[in-house]
Amino acid sequence: MSKETVLSTKHLLGIKDLTPNDINLIFQTADGFKEVINRPIKKVPSLRDITIANLFFENSTRTKISFELAEKRLSADVVNFSASSSSVTKGETLLDTVNNILSMKVDMVVLRHPTQGAPHFLANKINANVINAGDGTHEHPTQALLDSYSIREKYKNFNDLKVCIIGDIMHSRVALSNIFCLKKLGAQVKVCGPPTLIPKMTTSLGIDVEYDIDKALEWCDVANVLRIQFERQDEKFIPSLREYSTYYGITLDRVNKLSKEITIMHPGPINRGVEISSDLADSEHSIILDQVENGVAIRMAVLYLLAGQNG
Amino acid sequence: MEKGKVILAKQKFNLTLDRLCQQLIENYGDFSDTCIVGIQEKGALFSDRLITHLEAFGQVPKLKYGKLDITFFRDDFRRGRSLTPSKNEMDFIVEGKKVILLDDVLYTGRTIQSAMNALQQLGRPDSVELMVFVDRRFNRHLPIQPNYVGITVDALNEAYVRVYWSEHSDKDEILFFDDK
Repeated sequence: MSKETVLSTKHLLGIKDLTPNDINLIFQTADGFKEVINRPIKKVPSLRDITIANLFFENSTRTKISFELAEKRLSADVVNFSASSSSVTKGETLLDTVNNILSMKVDMVVLRHPTQGAPHFLANKINANVINAGDGTHEHPTQALLDSYSIREKYKNFNDLKVCIIGDIMHSRVALSNIFCLKKLGAQVKVCGPPTLIPKMTTSLGIDVEYDIDKALEWCDVANVLRIQFERQDEKFIPSLREYSTYYGITLDRVNKLSKEITIMHPGPINRGVEISSDLADSEHSIILDQVENGVAIRMAVLYLLAGQNG
Repeated sequence: MEKGKVILAKQKFNLTLDRLCQQLIENYGDFSDTCIVGIQEKGALFSDRLITHLEAFGQVPKLKYGKLDITFFRDDFRRGRSLTPSKNEMDFIVEGKKVILLDDVLYTGRTIQSAMNALQQLGRPDSVELMVFVDRRFNRHLPIQPNYVGITVDALNEAYVRVYWSEHSDKDEILFFDDK
């Protein structure tokens, strides 16, 4: 008999709000969906009476497609919205936009927004389940879940596992969500990057900082490499891309010199030749494409578990 | 829960399983193009045991065997219960196959309806038959009837029937409880 289980939260706003049990429940459910999406017919009817609005106030390729695929494979009805082609440009507020969409009987909202806390604001104002698909430099919970799920797939558990998050920690929502998620699962976490791109709050999260990339790589089992988020930088944090690439760019040569095998992850989009070299991104060390596949299964699990609470 | 009443135990339990095997052998011969599909999780305990009995009759070389998880196809999702899936162990598709669907207890018929929907995702079977170890007739919500029945039980809606398998508990028996 399937086990009866529920998430402790009505919305997925951030990993910070989840318990380790929630995370494991999402993983266990994602196992089922991963099997489903590898079948000849990749669809199940679970969410056939649900309508989901994907509200993307910021550009996205992977996350948007991944959510949309996850929704369609659960048989949900989907409406897509992107800020650039909407009445937001005519001066409508976020709450008005969402309330208008909800009055068309939408059950769940997937929100990406450039402002930190936008999904939290919305969750307090509306009845629908809200899923954060990235809010400013704050959190990107489904990315962290799929990253940890991909690690779990390879290493089975997180005890004594060392994960280093490398790059622009300051402007990355992926970094913060990953730190919360990995800590809750019991992994050891370090961050590495130029001092200007490491936020001051890092130590208050109980995370060590390493500024030497080679030492960081030697320490870790898994390196999660982030891109420099120029779109969120209003001043110069690094002298030049070339200098960043020389000191912090990870290459196959650097990885081959290590005393052990490590796994390379990247949430995308990749800037090849900047934070990671092409030969490494395409090498057997990399599980970047597994992350993308797992993204659909994880998002199906999150949507399924949240929708299941509304009975 | 009060102590249940035993309605089928050791010797008769195994005789019933043997009878079900013989009925299948009579209808399916060498089981070519045939597959047995146990519904996760309790139906799969039944199918595991049935396969062991079929092996004792020497009738399994051409038989395909799988365990089907129906969690994502259940019709009670969002109706008070949230369920996490069990493992789906179907390494074949059922296109053109003769399928024998197995569950331990047939009650409302809703599980079987969900299983038929789940099965459709794996192709168009040539035929589907239903075998249950216990048929609780008079409790059906849907027009579903089994082709092969181990034992038939007449019970009120409040009653509960549970099958115990010696592989997972200390003995083989079917217990009947007056209330859930």
